[in-house]
Amino acid sequence: MIDEELVQLLTPEGERVSHPDYTSSLSGEEVLSMYRDMVIVRRLCNESTSLQRQGQLALWAPLQGQEGAQIGAGRALAPMDFTFPTYREHGIAWCRGVPPESLLRLFRAVSNGGWDPQKYRHHVPTIVLGNQVLNAVGYAMGVQRDGAEEAVLTFFGDGASSQGDVLEAFVWASSFNAPVVFFCQNNQFGISTPSSTQSKVPLFRRARGFGFPGVRVDGNDLLACYEVTKAALENARAGGGPTLIEAYTYRMGAHTTSDDPTRYRVEAEVEVWKHRDPIERIKALLVREYHSKPAAFEAIGAEAEAFALKLRDDVLAMGRPDPLSMFDNVYAEPHPLIDEGRRDMVELGIGGGVH
Amino acid sequence: MGEGLIEAEIVTWKVAVGDVVTLNQALVDVETAKATVELPSPFAGTIVTLHGEVGDTMQVNQPLVTIEVGAQSAPHANEKQVVHDETTVNRREPVLIGYGVANEDAAVVRRTRRVATGPTKESVVLDVPDSPSGPVRSTPPVRLLAKQYGIDLAAVSPTGRDGLVTRDDVERARSGPVGPDARRSPITGPASSSRFVGREIASWSSGPREERIPVKGVLKSMAEAMVQSSTNQPQAAVWLRVDATKTMELLEALKAHPNFAGVRLSPLTIAALAVCDAARHFPGINSSFDTQNNEVVVRRYVNLGIAADTPRGLIVPNIKDADQLDVVAMASALSSLVQTARSGTTTPNDMLGTTLTITNVGPFGVDAAMAILPPGTAAILCIGKIAKAPWVVDDRLAVRQVVELAMTFDHRQVDGALASAVLAHIGRFLEDPATTLLAQ
Repeated sequence: MIDEELVQLLTPEGERVSHPDYTSSLSGEEVLSMYRDMVIVRRLCNESTSLQRQGQLALWAPLQGQEGAQIGAGRALAPMDFTFPTYREHGIAWCRGVPPESLLRLFRAVSNGGWDPQKYRHHVPTIVLGNQVLNAVGYAMGVQRDGAEEAVLTFFGDGASSQGDVLEAFVWASSFNAPVVFFCQNNQFGISTPSSTQSKVPLFRRARGFGFPGVRVDGNDLLACYEVTKAALENARAGGGPTLIEAYTYRMGAHTTSDDPTRYRVEAEVEVWKHRDPIERIKALLVREYHSKPAAFEAIGAEAEAFALKLRDDVLAMGRPDPLSMFDNVYAEPHPLIDEGRRDMVELGIGGGVH
Repeated sequence: MGEGLIEAEIVTWKVAVGDVVTLNQALVDVETAKATVELPSPFAGTIVTLHGEVGDTMQVNQPLVTIEVGAQSAPHANEKQVVHDETTVNRREPVLIGYGVANEDAAVVRRTRRVATGPTKESVVLDVPDSPSGPVRSTPPVRLLAKQYGIDLAAVSPTGRDGLVTRDDVERARSGPVGPDARRSPITGPASSSRFVGREIASWSSGPREERIPVKGVLKSMAEAMVQSSTNQPQAAVWLRVDATKTMELLEALKAHPNFAGVRLSPLTIAALAVCDAARHFPGINSSFDTQNNEVVVRRYVNLGIAADTPRGLIVPNIKDADQLDVVAMASALSSLVQTARSGTTTPNDMLGTTLTITNVGPFGVDAAMAILPPGTAAILCIGKIAKAPWVVDDRLAVRQVVELAMTFDHRQVDGALASAVLAHIGRFLEDPATTLLAQ
């Protein structure tokens, strides 16, 4: 246990523990299916990292270590809930049904987004740090005014928790009792700055100052992340207002493919977190409690390999966008300055053809 | 590998020519300005050529490795002929988060898989960059400027990277060749660039009148450590001139011995042993002042810091438990420390917990220096240039190999008497290392 206030339903060894407020409601099939999600998302992440090193993606933000937090939260969503991610929420995108190749279009720099947010109820990643949290609260206030029974789930990291946008979003959500759940994955590093430098109190306690509840959950415990998120979303849909969830986890890889974590953290710390792996503890539970056979795990492993090869093919087959397409989605309606820019580009001989 | 990078250095090859590799198998570690990264193979096949050696700096678009792709070892079935970006280091233009790949059409070297010799064999071929018959590369504001001047961009000779026509190029094309800048003094100074704070800076003649360099990375660490040390630790120093002739003779003798084959020996090796020996005799010198608990901490182990001048700047990695090492072990620990530091792979762990430090300014050709303590340590030994000098031996002048030692110490817990005793001990060690080593 990291501290007494941490909600945990499964130890790193895969043994159940009880909690006064939360009980796991998942069946064996559901746990196995979520195990599969975690394995595939990790494989997606490994393949994407390789593709970036091979020059096929411009950048990649790895999520290794955070699969439990993301699949737990992602599977707790109801179909009509809406999500606002950062650029690391590959597990959430997967749970929302966003085609993985669409997810990679942004990282290959052939799209400014990659999918229709309304179709998947999942916004495109916001690169401006923390801005999606403010957008999410605005959207949640809209849901409130529509009288819809939906909740909004928005993501950010411990680094973004220092952003003005995030703190303003807390104020607005609290003042209007907006149906939003703030899901902060505290992966311990804002790029290279330790979380302990950015916040002198545990992040979840900040919520109290804004006037709504905060919960710290073991971010590597899939079962706990699922239950805590599910309860917070239900509370939001029922008019109970916002909740801050701090999923206490660890980013096993780099911030993005552009940095080298060995330069800012010590190996011993990484070793400690290896023993808290979110996938291994679910595997242990499946074996112990549901008697899952090696063949079941092998089948999922093979599926993940085939998935990775298809993903690679899809990425390599992506064409290049017409430079003029950058004007397409700036405004929903025609705009004189945008039209002028497009005309100038055509006149200067850029774009218009197939590249 | 990262955004806006233009080159990378080969750190380790993980494959050799003739090796059969699988898809995504690690090929090589390369170090860029940002990180040391592992490059996975984009193909399954056989390594035909490695285009660089360890230590080589590879530029963007240079080929790195050639892989022959056999049909049977292709990544998976149903594979079509797909055009891949090549596997050279860094084939892209600068990329910024949210800004995409700039000018992707640029001289991107492309590698295609083709049928080479027979129906069952494919090979990887490096194509030449697309011939510059496409649109001239430039940026919209520069295109607009050219248009306003009525200048055809295709007629402008580009000086930007990968054939990019810059604003200056257009201005130059408009006004004809530019003469020397009249404001500049005719005395221009050397034209060669130099290194400063871990970076290449422009020469006196080519650089701007004033230049501002952001304080970050190794520079920032050095600045912070020095301020912390000089603010919190009152420092004094002692000096000693030593006849190091026997040290030099011992090194020559050891170098010839088969046990030392392949081990890099230098006066630093003997000095490192001397410092550890002094710590064993005078543990007080291997202490630190704990202001928080109002205690002095005496350590009975030496993590020996070595000030290393690296391409990035000054760093001080240490040899853990250096007091446990014999001559051979010390020599190899020192050379691996230096190699790691030079290659830029020193980790924060390597720099934690230094108890005593040596800085060797001899190679820079100076006699002595008053070093500043690394924060939290009680002493740093500075070794000067070892050179022949007149020396009195048995009341007669002789030519000996002489070195000046200077030791800075934290005067809160170490007084002049202890510091002098320690430096005298180190001096005796260097004057007669063989005897001292045998007596250990």
